[in-house]
Amino acid sequence: MSLLCETPHPSRRAVLMTGGALFAWAYLPRFARAADNRDPRLIVIVLRGALDGLSAVGPIGDPDYAGLHGDIALSLAGTHAALPLDGFFAVNPAMPVFARLFKDKQAAVVHAAATGYRERSHFDGQDVLESGFAGPGHVATGWLNRALENLPAGDRVATLGGLAVGPSTPLVIRGAAPVLGWAPQSLPAPAGDLAARVLDLYQHRDPVLAVALQKGLDADRMALDDQMGAKAMKPKGGLDSAAGMRQAAQGAAKLIAADDGPRVAALAFDGWDTHVNEGGATGRLATLLGGLDGAFEEFEKGLGERWKDTAIVAITEFGRTAQINGTVGTDHGTGTVVLLAGGAIKGGRVIADWPGLKPAQLYEQRDLAPTSDVRAVLKGLLADQFGLSAAVLGDKVFPESAAVKPMLDLIV
Amino acid sequence: MATLASNSQPDPAPDPALVAFNRFGLGARPGDRDKVAHDPRGYLKAELRLPDIAMIPLDDPAYASLLGSTSAIQASMAANFQRKLDREHMAAAAQPAMASAQTMSAQATSAQIAPAPPVPPPAAPAKPAPPIEATLFRAEAQARFDKAFRAEAGFVERLVYFWSNHFCVSVAKDNIVRASAGAFEREAIRPFVLGRFADMLMAVERHPAMLFYLDNQQSIGPDSRAGKNRQRGLNENLAREIMELHTLGVGSGYSQADVTSFARILTGWTMAGREGRLGEPGSSVFNANAHEPGDAVLLGKTYPAGGMGQAEAALNDIASHPATAQHIATELARHFIADDPPPGAVARLAKVFAKSDGNLRALAATLIDMPEAWSTPLAKMRSPFDYIAAIRRAAGSGPANDPGQSLNWLNALGEPLWQPPGPNGFSDQAASWASAEGMKIRLDIAWQAARQVKDIGNPNDMLDAVIGPSASPETRQAVARAESKQQGLALLLMAPEFQRR
Repeated sequence: MSLLCETPHPSRRAVLMTGGALFAWAYLPRFARAADNRDPRLIVIVLRGALDGLSAVGPIGDPDYAGLHGDIALSLAGTHAALPLDGFFAVNPAMPVFARLFKDKQAAVVHAAATGYRERSHFDGQDVLESGFAGPGHVATGWLNRALENLPAGDRVATLGGLAVGPSTPLVIRGAAPVLGWAPQSLPAPAGDLAARVLDLYQHRDPVLAVALQKGLDADRMALDDQMGAKAMKPKGGLDSAAGMRQAAQGAAKLIAADDGPRVAALAFDGWDTHVNEGGATGRLATLLGGLDGAFEEFEKGLGERWKDTAIVAITEFGRTAQINGTVGTDHGTGTVVLLAGGAIKGGRVIADWPGLKPAQLYEQRDLAPTSDVRAVLKGLLADQFGLSAAVLGDKVFPESAAVKPMLDLIV
Repeated sequence: MATLASNSQPDPAPDPALVAFNRFGLGARPGDRDKVAHDPRGYLKAELRLPDIAMIPLDDPAYASLLGSTSAIQASMAANFQRKLDREHMAAAAQPAMASAQTMSAQATSAQIAPAPPVPPPAAPAKPAPPIEATLFRAEAQARFDKAFRAEAGFVERLVYFWSNHFCVSVAKDNIVRASAGAFEREAIRPFVLGRFADMLMAVERHPAMLFYLDNQQSIGPDSRAGKNRQRGLNENLAREIMELHTLGVGSGYSQADVTSFARILTGWTMAGREGRLGEPGSSVFNANAHEPGDAVLLGKTYPAGGMGQAEAALNDIASHPATAQHIATELARHFIADDPPPGAVARLAKVFAKSDGNLRALAATLIDMPEAWSTPLAKMRSPFDYIAAIRRAAGSGPANDPGQSLNWLNALGEPLWQPPGPNGFSDQAASWASAEGMKIRLDIAWQAARQVKDIGNPNDMLDAVIGPSASPETRQAVARAESKQQGLALLLMAPEFQRR
């Protein structure tokens, strides 16, 4: 291990902060790289639609979990048994790669987490999550871009800029710092859910269009069924599909692994708004989680040597109701999970101040109560990977958030 | 249920602002609805008064690469000539090349035996420059998309598309048409959309793109000097389509004899060839040598021999024929009001057409003033071009200076630009565009468009800006409940209020 890591302060942030003087602050990261050949990278995956944290990482040790989450609750028994992380939590069986990384101490979970946003609108929630501001209405720049912007002039990470994956740039990485854009070449197929929603709208408002669209979708499905091989070979690439997520990660990994490639990247995966027939260990959500798991795997493969310097964080605007609704799904909630993966993650831990799931313990008697701030996690990653100070993080990157302290020790 | 109730009751009159932007225009851009205020008719009429409203501004440096049809056709002729030379050159080289190919294969065989030295990977062949016709086509397409994006209400642009489809040419015909289709629209349609129908008709029928598309450039009077010399003769294509599609309308009383006679009258209307014997290459010319001599009878009237003037006189008469007024009135009402247009509306338009000597500005104003235009439910479908234009106007202009995506969308939706399946143009019936495949592709496009918007803002606000207060509760709810901004925007772009007009 390097000289730095042998200091009594295991946290890189702590070491860097001790430098104090501007000179040392600006140059220590470079020295750090020279010392341990470290070249940090940060990949942010935004899961749009609100991920059900209780179905991604189930608190199977909580006596109230199975009753609340009903048919879709994860369990260690049965044919699709959840993969235990520790004695209390188990990850959805659709995520074997994450489970393996967790075992290898390269993945971690922060549970019962939320941003400062307490309403339940996707659009506003995503604005808060991605802009890094305390409330909605700020849609010009994102916290990841401002992090780049606030690195010392000439810093290598800042110079190399960011990477936006997908046909549109996620808000989280929009801003003044240069951002490279990359999208898989294949056309994005609409989210499976979008077609259903449009059909539903047509059935209520325009039956003629409903019939036409339904036929079109049926024909499309049949064409795909006839060409399973072709479908597997050439995924349509929507970032709401497992194949699309994997493909996006595959492409992004190549760019990020390059010596002169960007050191931070943002991806946005869609489709997590599971109001109906969410599924548990199998089904719709499991398919999406499998896509996210595939993305982790592609990053691990594609980053090669650079995996050890990489932190991946998957975040979502808010969680979902603790109790399933009347259509075997979950409605908009509050607390959820932050998933961390990568060789740079001090893994093998579920970080949670577990609030419990009894009615009085739930937020507004319906949602997993948040006990961790997502911003604390993000600040911890930015501080330890890139040496950003708590002051800059609390003012420039996440405005008006000085009270939210960076979470320590997330990075090895 | 609310749905059943609303379906069983007579449809209320549509929101006037939605009528202005959807039925008459190209869709509201954010902020546009504020300009309508309480006078949607006045808003539409104001556009009719703007000078050069229908013209592509050629003094804009962005359009420096647009060529007039004569130059465009010359460029295509030159390129075509070069391609012919290249082909001949390759054919001439084919013999020795085949011989050397045999030698090569012999060498290849021996190379398989002896270990071959490492060969550097061949340099990627330089991508050949696109043909000039494709370059011109794309530049014209970009100008058309720009115009649609920048138009105020877009009513005048809608009139341009209406007339361009009425007097359509197809780039599938030939490279000459591909090179000049955009110029055709700029030269023969746009200057006249608020002018006289007879002037547009004249500009269209003598335009090289039309003469080429409907084969009149090779139609020769049997008794003309050229006809006697070359044993060639009439082509009735243009004459028939002028009467059937451009003016009188099918079943309006003309006979086959009229078609043939009109074809004779039109002989000599042609385009100067590459050698320039008849005039500047690519330009529209009258070739007296090919013109059928003598008087001609058309629709009971005798047109005395008179060279080019004979067809001009015939076209002028056809332009003001009552059947033409009825035909144009029906098409306009079908386009702007309903597939089965209200007979009263058609009658009034026909009357205005007749009384005003085919004044297209008067017709446009009449459409705006028609109560039927404001009371008939918005049951038609946006055509693919109008749908794409509306998407761009609502959500942003799309890739700058690259019409590729919009052109691909048009192809996928079955309305490839300036490439209708026949001289009758693309369908103007709602059912043609509300097809199963069409709707599936609209879904794909709505999603793709939503995904590439850089800063969506709040989809609920966009709904208010683009559709306004008349959005149905169901649409409002679908957009509000979307799981992401992209999905919310895509739902807006798929909403019946965005599809229908």
